[in-house]
Amino acid sequence: MARPVSYHTLVMLVENKPGVLARVAGLFARRGFNIHSLAVAPTENPALSRITVVADTESTPVDQMVKQVDKLINVVRIDELAPEDAVEQELLMATVRAGAGDRSQILELCQIFGARVLNTGSTEIMVRLAGSPGKLDDFEDLLRPFGIVAIQRTGTVALPRLERSAATPR
Amino acid sequence: MKMNGGQALIKALEMQAVEVVFGLPGGAILPVYDPLIDSPIRHVLVRHEQGAGHMAEGYAHATGRPGVAMVTSGPAATNVVTPLCDAYMDSVPLVCITGQVPTAAIGTDAFQECDTVGITRSVTKHNELVTEASQIPLAIRQAFHLATTGRPGPVLVDIPKDIVDPANPRSAMEWYWPTDEEVAASLPGYRPQVEGDPALVAAAAELLCAAERPVLYIGGGILKARAAEALRALAEMTGIPVVTTLMARGAFPDDHPLCLGMPGMHGNYTAITAMQEADLLVALGSRFDDRVTGKLDGFAPDARIVHVDIDPAELHKVRRADVAIAGDCRIVIEALVAAVAAKGGSAAQADRSTWKQRISGWQERFPLTYEQLDPGEGHVKPQFVLERLRDLSPSDTIVASGVGQHQMWTSQFWRFNHPYTWVNSGGLGTMGFSIPAAIGAKAGRPDRTVWAVDGDGCFQMTAQELVTASAERIPIKVALLNNAYLGMVRQWQEMFYEERYSEVYLSPDLPDYVKWAEAMGCVAMRVESTDEVDAAIEKANAINDRPVVIEFRTDSREKVFPMVPAGKSNSDVMVDPTQAADLDRARGGR
Ligand SMILES: Cc1ncc(C[n+]2csc(CCOP(=O)(O)OP(=O)(O)O)c2C)c(N)n1
Ligand SMILES: [Mg+2]
Repeated sequence: MARPVSYHTLVMLVENKPGVLARVAGLFARRGFNIHSLAVAPTENPALSRITVVADTESTPVDQMVKQVDKLINVVRIDELAPEDAVEQELLMATVRAGAGDRSQILELCQIFGARVLNTGSTEIMVRLAGSPGKLDDFEDLLRPFGIVAIQRTGTVALPRLERSAATPR
Repeated sequence: MKMNGGQALIKALEMQAVEVVFGLPGGAILPVYDPLIDSPIRHVLVRHEQGAGHMAEGYAHATGRPGVAMVTSGPAATNVVTPLCDAYMDSVPLVCITGQVPTAAIGTDAFQECDTVGITRSVTKHNELVTEASQIPLAIRQAFHLATTGRPGPVLVDIPKDIVDPANPRSAMEWYWPTDEEVAASLPGYRPQVEGDPALVAAAAELLCAAERPVLYIGGGILKARAAEALRALAEMTGIPVVTTLMARGAFPDDHPLCLGMPGMHGNYTAITAMQEADLLVALGSRFDDRVTGKLDGFAPDARIVHVDIDPAELHKVRRADVAIAGDCRIVIEALVAAVAAKGGSAAQADRSTWKQRISGWQERFPLTYEQLDPGEGHVKPQFVLERLRDLSPSDTIVASGVGQHQMWTSQFWRFNHPYTWVNSGGLGTMGFSIPAAIGAKAGRPDRTVWAVDGDGCFQMTAQELVTASAERIPIKVALLNNAYLGMVRQWQEMFYEERYSEVYLSPDLPDYVKWAEAMGCVAMRVESTDEVDAAIEKANAINDRPVVIEFRTDSREKVFPMVPAGKSNSDVMVDPTQAADLDRARGGR
């Protein structure tokens, strides 16, 4: 799925309590902010969860989104990553039609992209690819002609790109 | 100390120094009402839960302390949604306690179950479903802390019945009272910023001193921050004129020579025009609401902006600020006063003599006005009623209003010379606000005269709370401006829908307001002509043992002016018809 023209990744650390995701999602809905993708997972600290939102910043300034989210009492911290400052990763799983004639071509594609075969049936094959969202888009495009039976993508997670100044010791 | 959750809840309210709770019991909250009998806390039994919420708001507006409402589950919880939203929009500190079905029944569509936390999420600063009796004291501490600090607002605490019911073992607990540190630690995501960044304060001081056409644009945040004195010091040191929005009336005295009064859709010509023509707007605790700015891209086109607000999300939200300072208004304004003083104070101000002349020119030429009726005519002008009410009541009278024309006339014609004397529903515009809000204000300030100015439409939405006022001996006074119409809507239909009146007529005598008020235990009077006005008001002001209602039969043709029509620029403000020709001349000449 193509990303919005302008987007930011918002990485939130939230209290691990019932209803917190609803508060975040409700805020986005009520204020008319658009969510492109959303990923939620526990963190190393059992009291906290991480919510990663890729938000469409076409119609709302990112600064306004960040400040409104930050007002939620259960949001402990929010970081905002511009595309150029983020290392973004996502996971894709797909079941693809793979008749005898297509199978080797699909495996070749997997090899080029570094995708793994998870499961093989008599007429279908299940593959998995982790990588940048753009890479996943390309892979998805190239799988499509074979016939995608089912596909799931997790939504992006991201961490800030590391600095590489000359002074940084190796 | 062993106790049950219900006792702990009441004890927690006592620990928070709550003096009055507005509420109405029912099944789920029943166990909490039992220990209330033994508590010194006063309970005001309302006739509808919406009333409890607005009373708590009125109490908070008048006293600065958080208002407390307590109601049962399901329909009672949904009945407080309107006041919660009202308090959210106007940043009113409120703690609302709702009963909930027992924990095990949650999610089963049990009798009187509703998803209170889900329903109220977007109209509260925060809400919480408490699941263990032992968490009740902390939940109450957190609620008061959140409601009253940072940008104030309503906080709801939902309490399932099993954790407060002594018959249920889940209600057993050991009392403890969390320390400030424990409360802070329990809210890791909540750290309101109160101090302004000194570099930004210095930059703001620079702009203030240099501006040739500055205006201090004051919002309700000044009252919430208890910053009226600091504001006065800033205004007097710099000599910069002040406008007070609908939410800020009283934050700066109307009688002060620097006060220009209210701006916005029904503001006065001078306040609106000074903002339009300004080269600097210093927005203090205000939020560039659409009712103030009019059409946004025509608003104050030449003005640079200094914006101070405790809520960082308000900065740059509507209008980009040149200097945006997140912080508590009182603390930031005090810092600003110090920074201006360091630059030389009043001696460091740019020459503003032309600006002052232009302002006084507007004030002389386009004051608030209306045409008085001949004494013989069988109606009263609403503006006249307000002038007399103002002049015949103590200057520190607290005035609450409903929503509509009568609200705008009250804000326009009253002279607010003291902070916390104006109780009003600004952001949500909730009809029916005034009577319960006035009751709450009077409960908090029994020493003050409290007038509710109401419309006939509004009155019919919450009048039953006058029964509460009578029963609880809370002697408020109601000036009911009966124009037989949903007047404000009628005004729009007259002006913008070619006088096609659709569903705005209410009838002057159905209901009979005097009989109705008397049936609710009030002294009631009807005033039908100008010469009866004073006597009725004087009589009402002399009554202190029960509520009073004066029904004024007002002229339904009257419209509120000035007016900036919706979607129009403030530069297109319409003035009273008697001044329109002069305004045309003034515009031609500019
Ligand atoms: C609960 C609610 N419903 C509808 C409105 C829309 N509304 C705004 S003013 C008004 C008329 C109010 O009539 P009345 O109380 O008689 O006051 P008047 O304007 O006549 O002074 C209406 C219907 C509102 N603000 N609140
Ligand atoms: Mg009316």
